[in-house]
Amino acid sequence: MELVCPAGNLPSLKAAVDNGADAVYIGLRDDTNARHFPGLNFNEKRATDGIVYARRKGVRVFLAINTYPRPDGWERWQAAVDTAASLGVDALICADIGVLDYASNRWPDLNLHLSVQASSTNYEALRFYQENFGIKRAVLPRVLSLSQVKNVVENSPVGIEIFGFGSLCVMVEGRCILSSYVTGESPNTCGACSPAKFVTYKETPQGMESRLGDVLTDRYGKNEQAGYPTICKGRFEVGENTFYAIEEPTSLNTLELLPELQAAGIEAIKIEGRQRSPAYVAQVTRVWRQAIDACKQNPDRLSARAEWNRELGKVSEGATTTLGPYYRPWQ
Amino acid sequence: MSSNPRLSLGPNLFYWSRDDIFDFYAEVAEMPVDIVYLGETVCSKRRSLRTEDWFDLADRLSSAGKEVVLSTLSLLEAESEMLTLRRLCENGRFLVEANDMGAVQLLIKQDVPFVTGPTVNIYNPATLQVLANKGLKRWVMPIELSKETLAEMQAKRPEGVETEIFAFGRMPLTLSARCFTARSHNLPKDDCQYKCLDYPDGRLLSTQEKKPFLALNGIQTVSSLTCNLLPETAEMKRLDVDVLRISPQSQHTGRIVEAFHQALQDEPPPPLDRYVPLGTCDGYWHGGAGMERLKVKG
Repeated sequence: MELVCPAGNLPSLKAAVDNGADAVYIGLRDDTNARHFPGLNFNEKRATDGIVYARRKGVRVFLAINTYPRPDGWERWQAAVDTAASLGVDALICADIGVLDYASNRWPDLNLHLSVQASSTNYEALRFYQENFGIKRAVLPRVLSLSQVKNVVENSPVGIEIFGFGSLCVMVEGRCILSSYVTGESPNTCGACSPAKFVTYKETPQGMESRLGDVLTDRYGKNEQAGYPTICKGRFEVGENTFYAIEEPTSLNTLELLPELQAAGIEAIKIEGRQRSPAYVAQVTRVWRQAIDACKQNPDRLSARAEWNRELGKVSEGATTTLGPYYRPWQ
Repeated sequence: MSSNPRLSLGPNLFYWSRDDIFDFYAEVAEMPVDIVYLGETVCSKRRSLRTEDWFDLADRLSSAGKEVVLSTLSLLEAESEMLTLRRLCENGRFLVEANDMGAVQLLIKQDVPFVTGPTVNIYNPATLQVLANKGLKRWVMPIELSKETLAEMQAKRPEGVETEIFAFGRMPLTLSARCFTARSHNLPKDDCQYKCLDYPDGRLLSTQEKKPFLALNGIQTVSSLTCNLLPETAEMKRLDVDVLRISPQSQHTGRIVEAFHQALQDEPPPPLDRYVPLGTCDGYWHGGAGMERLKVKG
């Protein structure tokens, strides 16, 4: 099982490489990837430095071009594919059919992975991308239970990568437009969910209020820490109740499923968090490296060690973790 | 300039009782819509109609002169759902609207023309061309795209491919593994007690300021505001749109269809605001946030 770690900048890339990542995924500094945040990501020079650094230690580098170009931006996505090819990345992670078509025709030797943003949850969808663009791997959206993941793996024409840890998208990636419903910008079109420029916090007599655009996403009591106003993690009223109607602020953590994931033939585990700090990347990578190695040696006797979960808990959103959709009752 | 756009009735996104569904489609047979999309697109646990029943309904509406299209589930998770998907894609008679890429793949393998629904991500002409080469006959533009994007897509659209626009209805915004309607009743999805039946237009979710925001529809979340592009019919004609989609709601769908029909005959249509649950919006069409009301007049 390959450990695939996030890097939003060169220090994070080095942290991932130094702490045991098998592969690191990065993006360019524009809206061609789904973490288009101010100050984040790589220009060509930095990407080259990162690839050199990773290669020296035998670590692969993937580059995400996983948003959906609209007609007026098409040349920018083409240029991003060309840049990735000339950088010599080990794989390109794409979602859009047009982009995959361009990449597979223009750069037939380039490895293509299907991004989680392609929103493909079943093996027939994966066959489409394999037959038409020769994808080598697919990242599954976080909507399947563990037994459903196993069924996809058994029938998939390509290797499967799943999310193991990090912020939890509750909605099916690539087909959620809650963000653009409120702000006009979505992960698909602009490479960011709930972009920071639409976020405001205000102290009021009712408590600290967080807003995305004009929409009040939550109010926090005196002893509560204000969270980021992602719509799906807000508190809303439904019927008589005010609660986290969609999901609590929490992180996905599948550490305890590792033996099952390994037995299921999962090819790679992805860690979420290109927007997080180098310290986060180092810590999470270190723990997952140890866990995967321990699992490889003796899957029957692996138990999620308390100190691992403690370390991961420290860097989790809301300082809590969940098995998410892999665990059926969560659904 | 193509001929006048046709009207379609999209698949019903909500969960109604068997009787309500049959009553509704008996009325639809008399409505001035050209195309009717049938089937369950949200949740495979909704079984007030079985696949056979949908086929029967398709026959009936087809006999009534409607072009019938069978719509597939949007989020496929279980193998049992794949079996139903195969039955729809291999029906051999009716056109199918694919709502995910798995359905697209099965239809390509059948070598039949197909339609893509709004949850198949076609954001640029390159994608449209790839799918046109595989048998795409008509695409529904993704909900979040604007008329500017539409104009560019139309300029480069492949020969023979028709364009359909989601013109009216609560907008499907997202899907999840989790059932939010069940969650709002403190029930797990596996024991949802079919609570969706109590909310024939979705269950309202409001902000803590009591502002209506979204509507929970099982594993799907829709807008609380209703997209209304009735004032844009002339613009859509100018942009050579082939089909305008009206998404069913539990009340007044007939009046809404009638209003669009009038607008396409260049007669002044009645205002629709009083026929929607909670107000209208048109932000996506005009390039803004989806929930904005930028140009809607009545």
